[in-house]
This record gives sequence, C-alpha cells and structure tokens, in this order.
Amino acid sequence: MRKAITGHRAIAEAMRQIEPDVVAVYPITPQSEIAEYYADYVHNGLVRTELVPVESEHSALSACIGAAAAGGRVMTATASQGLALMVEVLYIAAGLRLPIVMALANRSLSAPINIHCDHSDAYLARDSGAVQIFCENAQEAYDYTLMAQRIAEDMHVRLPVIVNLDGFTLTHTVQPVDLLADEVAKKFVGECKQFSPLLDVDHPVTWGPFAMPDYYFELKRAQQAGMEAVPDVFRNVQEEFSKISGRQYVGFFDAYKLADAEYAMVVLGSTAGTAKVAVDELRARGMKVGLLKPWLWRPFPAKEIADALKNTRAVAVLDRAFSFGTMGVLFEDVASALYPLERRPVLANYIYGLGGRDTPVPELVRVFEELPKIRKTEWALRYIGLRE
Amino acid sequence: MPSIKVLAEREERGARFTGGHTLCAGCAEPMAVRTVLNAIEDPVVAASATGCLEVASSRFPGTAWNVPWIHVAFENAAAAISGVEAAYKALRKKGLIARRIRFVVFAGDGGTHDIGLQALSGALERGHDFLYVCLNNEAYMNTGVQRSSATPKCAAATTAPYGEAIPGKPQERKDLTEIVTAHGIPYVAQAAVSNLIDLANKVERAMRYEGPKFINVLTPCPLGWRTPRDSAVQQAKLAVETCYWPLYEVIEGRYKINYKPKEKVPIEEWLKTQGRFRHLFRDPRGKELIAQIQAEVDRRWELLLQKEKCFGGGE
Repeated sequence: MRKAITGHRAIAEAMRQIEPDVVAVYPITPQSEIAEYYADYVHNGLVRTELVPVESEHSALSACIGAAAAGGRVMTATASQGLALMVEVLYIAAGLRLPIVMALANRSLSAPINIHCDHSDAYLARDSGAVQIFCENAQEAYDYTLMAQRIAEDMHVRLPVIVNLDGFTLTHTVQPVDLLADEVAKKFVGECKQFSPLLDVDHPVTWGPFAMPDYYFELKRAQQAGMEAVPDVFRNVQEEFSKISGRQYVGFFDAYKLADAEYAMVVLGSTAGTAKVAVDELRARGMKVGLLKPWLWRPFPAKEIADALKNTRAVAVLDRAFSFGTMGVLFEDVASALYPLERRPVLANYIYGLGGRDTPVPELVRVFEELPKIRKTEWALRYIGLRE
Repeated sequence: MPSIKVLAEREERGARFTGGHTLCAGCAEPMAVRTVLNAIEDPVVAASATGCLEVASSRFPGTAWNVPWIHVAFENAAAAISGVEAAYKALRKKGLIARRIRFVVFAGDGGTHDIGLQALSGALERGHDFLYVCLNNEAYMNTGVQRSSATPKCAAATTAPYGEAIPGKPQERKDLTEIVTAHGIPYVAQAAVSNLIDLANKVERAMRYEGPKFINVLTPCPLGWRTPRDSAVQQAKLAVETCYWPLYEVIEGRYKINYKPKEKVPIEEWLKTQGRFRHLFRDPRGKELIAQIQAEVDRRWELLLQKEKCFGGGE
C-alpha cells in the first residue's frame, strides 16, 4: 500500500507492525514524532506494547537492556545528544549481545547546539559494537527497520542495530512509501527468539557479570564474532525481504551507475539521492561517473567496497562530520578498504552538510568535475558549501 | 510476618544468594541481601548497580546469584529493572508468563543518592512494580571510601579527608528516604542490619503493595568506617539507639516509627567508635563539630516525630 508519509511515520509504521513488547523512549528533536506516533498507537490500543516513557535517553536504553535481557522484543529511537547520553549503555547493550533496534534521526552534536542533520551522532557510536545501517529515503528507513529486527535477533548476531535516517531531510519530509500489509510484515519479522531470559526464573542466569583480565578478552572476541556474522545474515535477510516486498535490496551498498564509472562518489544517507541527480547530469554530458551509497556501515563491508571501486580513477568520499584532528571517518574506512589493492584509485575527502547545511546538486557536480584534476591522494580535507 | 525460622527454612530450601562471593569479611551487605530475598516468597529477578555487591558476586565465570540477576551500569539499576518489569507485563499480557514474579534492586548509596538518583526518581514516578533496596554504607566503598552525598558530616573519606583546613566532609548527608517519600509511592522504609527481623517484616509488608517500594538499609562497612571487622551489626545498632538512623516506615503517606529508644544515646558514643571520626576527638574544633552533629541528629529526629504525629496512623 503506497502512502505519502514522513520518515517518522514510516519508522513508526514499521514499529507498529513489529509490535515490540517494550518501547522505552525519550523525546528529542528531530526524533520526537516517532515517540509521539508510537504513544498514539499504544494509547489507542493498536499495539500491546508496554511503553516506558523514561526520564532520559540513558534510561531509555537501560530499560531496553533490561527488557531485552528479560526476554522481550524491544525498540527505541533517538538523535544527537540523546545518542550521546546513551553511548555508555550502547556499548553495554552490544557487550551483553542484546538485540535492540533503534532509529537514529541523525542530528549534529553540540556545541554549538543545532537541531539539523549531520552524522556526528552516528560517528560517535562507531565503535560501540552496534550494527549501523544508513538510509537514503523514507522507503529505505521503513524497509530497513523491518530488516534490522531480523538481523538484530539472529542468533549468530544478537547485537543492537541502529537505523540511521537524516534528521528533518528524511524525518520531516513527506515521501511516497510502500508499506507491506501488516500480516506480511509480521510474518517476515516473526516471533522474538529468547536467549536465557531473566524471566525464566526456573533457570536463573547472571547477566552483566564482572570479567577480569582472565576472561574479558575472550568475551570481547566473541562479540567481534557476532559482528563478523552480520554480512551473511544481512544478505539473507535482504534476499527474503526483496521477495516479499518486490523491492530489490542486494548487497551492502547501493551502486548507482558504478559498473563502468571512472569517477565515483561515496556518501551516506539522503545526500546519495542528490548525488544520483548529479551523476545523471554528468552522464548526460558524457562523464563516466557513479555513486556508492553504503547501506551497511558497521560492520564495514571493506572487501566488497574495494571491489566495487577498484576500476575507478578517483573517488570522492564525503563525510558529514569531522573526526577532529584526522580525516573523515568514512574516508578512512574507504582508504583502509582500498589499501590491499595493488592499483588504487586517487581518493579525496570532502566534509559537507554540517549542522544541516544544504548540499544541492551543483555542489556535487562540482565535486565530480574536480576529481579528474586531483593527481594524488592527499591527507587534506576539502569542504563543500563552506564559507572560508 | 516471616520469623527467623521461616527465613532459615527458605535459606535451607535453596539459597538465593549463595556463598562464594568475595565481599570482605564482616561486610554487612550479604546479611541484608539474604534477608530481603528470603522475605519474599514469590520468584524474584534481581538487579544491581555497579558497586561492592556487584563486583564481589558476579565475577565471570562464577556467580553468587541463584536468582536471575542483571547488572548494567552504575547509574541505571532502576531504569534496567523498569525494562525487566515492563517486559514481564508485556509477556504476561500475551499469556506467555503465568507466575507472579517480583523485582528487586540492590544498589549502594553512591548508586542511589548520587549517580542513580535520576533513574530512581524516574522509575518511582512511572510506578513500576518493584522493590528498591539501598545498601547504604555511607561512601563509595567499592572504589576506596570516597565521599558520597550519604556520607555524614565530618566523616573522613578519601575525597574528603581530615585536614588542617577542612576536617572531613563539610556537608550534611542527603536524606534520601524523605526524597523518595516525596514521590508519593506506596511504601518507604528505613532499616538496619542490626534488626534483620524488622528488615524482613518491612520487605514482607512492602511486597503487599503494587508499585514502587523503597527501603534504605544501613549496612555499616567496617573497612570504610574504620571499625573492627566484627562490628557492623553493633555499629548499626548504635546508629539506631542514637536516633542517627531511625527505623521507620511511610506506608501510603502514613509515618510510623518502628523503634523509639527509651533514652537517646549521645551521638558522641557512636562517633568515638569509628576511625572515620577519630579526628573529632583530637582536633581542637572537635567539640564544636560534635555538638553540631548532635544538633542535626536531634533536629532530624524531632522532625520525624512531628511527621509521625501529623501524618501517622498507618497500619
């Protein structure tokens, strides 16, 4: 069923269909409407979820951890400072191998305080152990929220999964979204699989023990195995979802006109949509350009991305946040991925769109036009749309 | 009300908190934990904040917990149990769980009065059905006796040492029991390890009520208070006899003092037995400071008597 809805509504509809046992959530711009829609479903009896209207994001994720360890299916949503407050417990959710799905309405981190989009919040959680997926539009946000549930709860994975969608650009704009029928979505998501739940009082388990140098390392290594299991699970879930939805999700990234591209751009989230228009414009002028838009960012599909970029001459990697004192995070990911190749394309790192700064098509066209002039990869940042 | 016999029988039937933990010799916490868990008949799921009890009871791959137990972090035990309880409600609604399960938090004074206060307040306001037990030893004992907001005035702590300029902690202790009472939850109490039957009775009474319950238990720490290893119970008893730590309940807003000493023991008798107050008996300012401590104990005790007089009449 096609509906004209906001990204918020798309996420909330997916959550309604998933119908988690517990949703613990705290409001923050630009995520609040997800919490509001869901509260509306609960208060009107559309779902049987226990809504826990917590007093902070820290408690939101802490309650999710308790609920997931108890054996329930749980979800939350946040943005920016909210994620920053959660980060302590996000590491714990991952360390305890708890499948918690979370929408992250990407918003820049303070200071200065700003409510608009960049990816500094997602980057902050880079090393948390959460799986991170980026979406280009509300349709992808809906689809990946459903898929995230399956990925998170897979017994080989059992990790928190963050579904990133650009704040305001995606959360607040009305877009056409094809929703699955409730029963189709519910069947796809399936029943929540429990693992040693706290509420199994006849089989008491100790969750969150203290591990010293004699065991900590092995337990963290086991957590890494969970991350390593993600790619296969991700592909299988995509395949199954593509069948029921008719929408084609194949692989860890969306490769747009990339197969024969001489110059490529790598960018996360909604800007990929803008970049596709820029690619079309330049293709019309005869320039062989293409786009690589990662869906799966953590774990980073390095080998596949290297393979997709290996025949290009130069690649612009766009980062919507600083990693102060070094190059952009996505740039470093791509550079590391390409390192094993014998012949590597030239790389350039562009910082763009901070604090919601708009990045229109002509700016991205200019980036593509600049690429052939860059002779070698340099450890230097370039900027898009910045007044210097 | 659970008698010693009943408590012992339940311990025999299957200890919920077993030996093998690494809490210090003479620590008051295991007594309180066992008493609380044995005073509840239904199955229990417990949560702990980071602290002595947590690190000493859950060192991987061992555990001292024979009930389902979770530790998440320092400041969020109340939030974590909120989630456990919410999941329980959801799974019960779905018909997946039929039995009555009770939820108990054990957290220290640091995890309750300080870093965990917000999460506690939120969980109390939301009305989750759980019992929160504060094991109050009046400082951050797990990390080496740093001052908390529960540390009494003038006590020496590693972050509020006795010095020539400042003789120990300058501030009064936070009255958390009254802060919790202000949330209007059905059951609030203070207890001490010197009277375990009183504690068991309080737990039993608390569990009759739906919603949040809170018990602040004085669990003296011989190491941190610098008293003999076998002194925890005696220390708690003297704290009660001096009216420094009144045993009382607030049941649905009604105050009830469970024990009124016939003769209030001067606070000096309690202070002089503890190394953390030793400087008060050597420093020329000591006499004046002890008088101030006594005045504050008297003020709080009088206030409590007044509250019982005005808002008494509970069960």
